[in-house]
Amino acid sequence: MPKVKVDGVELEVPAGATVLQACELAGKEIPRFCYHERLSIAGNCRMCLVEVKPGPPKPQASCALPASEGQEIRTDSEMVKKAREGVMEFLLINHPLDCPICDQGGECDLQDQSVAYGRGSSRYHEHKRAVTEKYMGPLIKTVMTRCIHCTRCVRFSEEIAGVDEIGALYRGEATQISTYLEKAAKHEMSANVIDLCPVGALTSRPYAFEARPWELKKTLSIDVSDAIGANIRVDARGREVLRILPRINDDVNEEWISDKGRYMADGLGKRRLDRPYIRLDGKLVPVSWAEALAAVAKIAPGNSVAAVAGDMVDAETMFAAKKLVNALGGSLLEGRQTGLAYDCSNLAAVNFNTTLNGIETADAILIVGSHIRWEAPLLNARLRKAVKRGAKVFVIGPKWDTTFPAEFLGEDADILNLLPAHVWAALNGAARPALIIGGAALAKGALEVGLSIAEQLKLVRTLDDGTVWNGFNVLHMAASRMASLMLGYAQKGGIADLVAAKPKMLLSLGADEVDYTKFADSMIVYVGHHGDKGAHAADVILPAAAFTEKSGTYVNTEGRVQIADQAVFAPGEAREDWTILRAMADALGVNVGFDSFDELRAAMTAAVPALGVEGLADYGALPTGVTGKAAGTIAYPIKDFYLTNPVARASETLQRCSAELLHGAEPQAEAAE
Amino acid sequence: MADRHLYPDSPELRARWGNFAWTEANAAKAKEVVARYPEGRQRSAVMPLLDLAQRQVGAETNTQGWLPIPVMEFIAAYLDMPVIRVVEVATFYTMYNLIPVGRFHVQVCGTTPCMLRGSDDLISACKKRGMPTGGVSQDGLWTFTEVECMGNCASAPMVQINDDNYEDLTAERLDAVLDALARGETPKAGTQEPGRHTVEPSGALSNLTAMVSENHDYRGEW
Repeated sequence: MPKVKVDGVELEVPAGATVLQACELAGKEIPRFCYHERLSIAGNCRMCLVEVKPGPPKPQASCALPASEGQEIRTDSEMVKKAREGVMEFLLINHPLDCPICDQGGECDLQDQSVAYGRGSSRYHEHKRAVTEKYMGPLIKTVMTRCIHCTRCVRFSEEIAGVDEIGALYRGEATQISTYLEKAAKHEMSANVIDLCPVGALTSRPYAFEARPWELKKTLSIDVSDAIGANIRVDARGREVLRILPRINDDVNEEWISDKGRYMADGLGKRRLDRPYIRLDGKLVPVSWAEALAAVAKIAPGNSVAAVAGDMVDAETMFAAKKLVNALGGSLLEGRQTGLAYDCSNLAAVNFNTTLNGIETADAILIVGSHIRWEAPLLNARLRKAVKRGAKVFVIGPKWDTTFPAEFLGEDADILNLLPAHVWAALNGAARPALIIGGAALAKGALEVGLSIAEQLKLVRTLDDGTVWNGFNVLHMAASRMASLMLGYAQKGGIADLVAAKPKMLLSLGADEVDYTKFADSMIVYVGHHGDKGAHAADVILPAAAFTEKSGTYVNTEGRVQIADQAVFAPGEAREDWTILRAMADALGVNVGFDSFDELRAAMTAAVPALGVEGLADYGALPTGVTGKAAGTIAYPIKDFYLTNPVARASETLQRCSAELLHGAEPQAEAAE
Repeated sequence: MADRHLYPDSPELRARWGNFAWTEANAAKAKEVVARYPEGRQRSAVMPLLDLAQRQVGAETNTQGWLPIPVMEFIAAYLDMPVIRVVEVATFYTMYNLIPVGRFHVQVCGTTPCMLRGSDDLISACKKRGMPTGGVSQDGLWTFTEVECMGNCASAPMVQINDDNYEDLTAERLDAVLDALARGETPKAGTQEPGRHTVEPSGALSNLTAMVSENHDYRGEW
């Protein structure tokens, strides 16, 4: 713990800290471009210069200088001021003065820091450098003349994404950042370089020229594109969501989000159900709310009712629907749309117990039936960190590009029944072993085997430092999954139980992955927001709100309860889900016991207290004495990463990603500016 | 240097170089080079291997050699590293030719000491012989590049032609060297000044004169 003096104030900094971090601890702002907390240190922008004694009598790059005992650091001296002004002037030599037409304007590090630390005018009268445009795919728009060569994007693609796509070609002033042969960046987190870019060189292509940051209303929300529950900020202007950005949450998404979560925003205004419909003579006809609710009343299902929850609904909606079904005398609730029927009697057994943060420290990991890059891209970044620390990774399932060294053991789930000796030895010998069971493996009965392995290998243990390690994990793919299981949306036989019961009325809460042909005898009431598969099968469509248009509680795959706020209002005649369910209760003549959202949330919290507390829910201990056999060839459920939910399917951007990045379509030419 | 650029990728380029592979001799050499580095660090060998590949391309095309995209991809695959990292290295160092060059790559130093000693004459001599910048002359023999300091200031002006330096040049001496090369001869590398062997002082010593007869210690005199 070295003691240093920053601007005359003495303080103790953690061992291994840099001078820049020491200054930050002292509350001093150090301008920087290339330095980023989550990337390796490059030290090439020179903006973070400070004066350090003892040392050479010249300014030092604080980001790359270790803090050591007795250093005297000055961030306010004349030398530092001059150094910053000089660096800033150099950086601006080749930077175009196109802030008025630059999308980064208003949230640009270069702009802000040149105001704060620059000298205010330029002495440069020569020609400026210009760089040819580079194509980086449908998500990233490039204006490379603006690039200041901080190489954050290069380091991101190499270190976080794990796919070396972006590089710095040529040298010196002629340096150019480019993907190999200007191919599109293909990684599923590639758009994070847009946030990383401190200038306007890499900006969002779909968001180009849409808005200025100060025009946007920022709402804190939760990503529903996968079960990680990434923390996001929804930027909206008027009634339109213009973009989605990640928020920092070290326990969940660090500061990244997947490209799907980011560009689902473009699908929120397309293919929307903005008025009620009923099916007349086999055709969907637009009607008024009164007529639609009358049609619901006419179904008069009695207690022959079932509800199926979609992948993106919030806990409140599911709880309201549960209340409605229960009030009608029914109890058939299911959220696993595609027919999974694993045992949910103990939620600890279907939870990501290690936590997303904890998995980084695992030293031996067995992944069973999960294409993690597609099912949870942010988890893959965590696994990369674990491997960098020396973890061994084994995968059962068809091959996919892991971006880290991993051994594929085969595609058959029965490998899990009798693990190869070296895998067993690796897990057995590990201090922090972890098992990750994906959806594809749950379908092959891997849960029971996994639990018995967990017991034999003592995946739950107390570590030397006294903390409890739980290495048993199930990785879900739906944002609504853990909440739906907590609310009892799970039948013993899965959705087959609903099919067998032949309910008169099937309440579909934005469920678009269900095989509705099996419900031919049921009247299907679809409460959802996009005209997708569910709406096509529906008999009554009640237009509802998408995730940005309602407040809601979500529980991610590690059991973390998070609350999202409403950013905008639903379009047209669409309403928030809970009001629709409340109105249905009136139409069907039953009482659900809530009249406002607050009452609903209070009732939900009373029923399931864990949903009322933000943070990790406690599901208790893993079940013991479970045995079973896994069998069958594992097949990953996601066929197209970019189009897994109705909002994504409605997004032109993600459609283009799918066509271009996964199916090899030609890049779409863009008109010259 | 400033106008270096990658040779465009095209089906013709892929057809010509797509099946690039080491010759038997080079394969052995490449193996030996990779073996110099610890296991798992094989990508450290990228620079010598790029040079080897450039020489092999040169041997195949009877030029100094260059690095077509498919050859860089071959190196990347050979060393199990991302192509973009190979391209970064190849574009960084000017010793790697990114576009086809002639049989002789004439690199004239134009930095201050050479310029003061008459490198402008060398440049115009090259121009007179029809050497294009960034291209190959009509007869396929010459490529001309003006480069920065090559570290031969004591025998300036100099040119580097493929692997050899020719120093103490005048336009006439350069012409003689180039003529000899064109005839297929191998002119003497190094200084072209008659009577000079390497970069020893030409004429009498002008300083450190006390060092002539003994290892004189100057420190007390500073």
